Amino acid sequence: MAEHTREPLIRVRKKDEPALLQKAAVILAAVVCALLVSALFIYFVTKLDPISVYTSMVKGAFGTSRRTWITIRDTCLLLLISVSLAPAFRMRFWNCGAEGQILIGGLTTAAFMIYWGNKVPTAVLLLLMAAVSALAGALWSYLPAAFKAKYDTNETLFTLMMNYVAIQFVEFFVDFWDKKRSHSVGVINMNTQGGWFPQVGGMQYGLNVLIVIIVTVFIYVYMKYSKHGYEGAVVGESVATAKYAGINVPKVIRRNVLLSGAIAGLAGFVEVAGISHTISKETAGGRGFTAIIVCWLAKFNPLAMVIISAFIVFLSKGASQISSDFGLNEYASNIITGIILFFILSAEFFNSYSISFGHARKEEPEA
Amino acid sequence: MSTAQIISWFVAAITFGTVIMYGCIGETINQKAGGLNLGVPGIMQIGGIAALASAFIYESSAAAPSPAAGMIITLLAALAASALGGLLYAFLTVTLKVNQNVTGLTLTIFGTGIANFFGGNMMKLSGGVGTISVAATSGAFRTKLPVLSGISGYGSIIFSHGWMVYLAVIMAFAASYFLTRTRTGLNLRSVGENPATADAAGINVTRYKYLAAVIGCAICGLGGLFYVMDYIQGTWANDSAIEALGWLAVALVIFTSWKPRNAIWGAYLFGLCYWAYVYIPIGISRYLAMKLKLENVTYMQNLYKMLPYLVTIVVLCVVSRRRKRENQAPSSLGQSYFREER
Repeated sequence: MAEHTREPLIRVRKKDEPALLQKAAVILAAVVCALLVSALFIYFVTKLDPISVYTSMVKGAFGTSRRTWITIRDTCLLLLISVSLAPAFRMRFWNCGAEGQILIGGLTTAAFMIYWGNKVPTAVLLLLMAAVSALAGALWSYLPAAFKAKYDTNETLFTLMMNYVAIQFVEFFVDFWDKKRSHSVGVINMNTQGGWFPQVGGMQYGLNVLIVIIVTVFIYVYMKYSKHGYEGAVVGESVATAKYAGINVPKVIRRNVLLSGAIAGLAGFVEVAGISHTISKETAGGRGFTAIIVCWLAKFNPLAMVIISAFIVFLSKGASQISSDFGLNEYASNIITGIILFFILSAEFFNSYSISFGHARKEEPEA
Repeated sequence: MSTAQIISWFVAAITFGTVIMYGCIGETINQKAGGLNLGVPGIMQIGGIAALASAFIYESSAAAPSPAAGMIITLLAALAASALGGLLYAFLTVTLKVNQNVTGLTLTIFGTGIANFFGGNMMKLSGGVGTISVAATSGAFRTKLPVLSGISGYGSIIFSHGWMVYLAVIMAFAASYFLTRTRTGLNLRSVGENPATADAAGINVTRYKYLAAVIGCAICGLGGLFYVMDYIQGTWANDSAIEALGWLAVALVIFTSWKPRNAIWGAYLFGLCYWAYVYIPIGISRYLAMKLKLENVTYMQNLYKMLPYLVTIVVLCVVSRRRKRENQAPSSLGQSYFREER
């Protein structure tokens, strides 16, 4: 049962923002603690030597150049989705609907590949697909944004529900396009590669990296230096202040959420045209939710998201390597990711508050 | 649609509704104390897997497993595991003041991991997909009412279920009574509405928030247990089906405007919507399929499955438009409380 501690025993005070180095040290300490707890978990459940398990993780992420590329590719995708959330989250608009926006963007791209993939020149098609997918993602986010702006409707649940509607749309079109009744569209344009990303600079995923860099820098500049980005930040800090300053709050909400949805739709385009070349309800694969955590940990800073998404992708690649090397179940990666996230989230506390009485535990030991 | 079809639709809806009713009651208690726990899907999975694992261990170790013992072990395991999840949530959001949305989502990732990890390993132990069987325990959960369950026809809609279906209804009434008619319930609500005022009035905010999270999560865990033991009859599938149900449970809290009594009909209504795709008359599907130029009528099912989510969206919008004070979320929902900041 919950142990209650009266506040006088442990004095908690808000403290000034610590120096960057100190913050990093706290987070690093949290990661180390998390790895120790995960090691205990691995040892007690599987009796495997945690060191060899962690070595295997590194091999899984960077073992061969192909694996390294896949790690880079997936980092880019997660980064793109996390970046997409930033304009919405900065306003405290909790967009949990990236999952659905990705699916709708991906679905649009898949439709273009299927109908026009072999008819329109690749360069034109790619530009068209990027634009229309972004538009589709934006449209998908419009309804929750409009209702939030006008009636203050709970956006967390609205966007969540939109995910499931999107999933069913995808399921419908998968059946619609699938000629073999196998409930899968398979790889689209397998032979002609119509609508697939071409190699850029001799790298298979060069275009993915390029798109993500451009968008990340754009959002960074948008949020940090533009008037629009600043208005979003004011709305996030205090709606009352924003109103007082003459900011049109509903307009700012709609604009930033539409931008958020558009980038998520673009992520769907990158996933379908640049990576999987197929569409299914697994296309988003939970990345929309993981991105929420990335975005939060990065404090909405697109550049910090680079490091955090790389770390999370490394974790999941590593964990899936463990599962194949040691015959573990692939879901071990969710557990390890969960444990590490709990610790990093908890670490925030020690950066914002100071404690003047020994606080021995940092985290509930949870197996 | 024949009578038999209508009956089986309602029976399916009630079974389905019970899973999310537990989730909804638990989450309502949590939210009434100001804790927006998006970890419900994770907690329900933790409850479900704890129930299944404990029953599995018990039944494979005992020579002649007794259904009653299995049932008690399973209940305790599910309650304990999901309460621990709630404790973790409370520790992070109340003591360490971490953002509730992010903590909840992490809890969902973590819970999904835990459940499918152990679920997958149990499947391997028992020899493959769908081979886990805890017949004795699951049977005990599906024990029907004596005499009354013999009623056929429309009566079977109400009387043909396992006992946890009725427990859910009782708990909905109990939660409603607790929140609106008891001193503790009033204190709990005041913590959720305005923790600073509650604190000034001498209410121990931290204790209430902790207890609401722990007890709320334990009730959510019962939903997972019911899903595993009754709904899918004592087995496991790594298909994250509980996750979707968990989100529906969260949506149901809003649908019921934080009143557990509404959860009874709300949950069953969600159940009817969820299963509608099976029962929508074929004539309608044929007509729609023809209009949409579909090759196969069954494609329509994909669209019908949007129903529960669309209904939730419509309700969300309507409730927020009306802005009736008694239908709104607790004022401090989603915010951590720090005494020095008031």
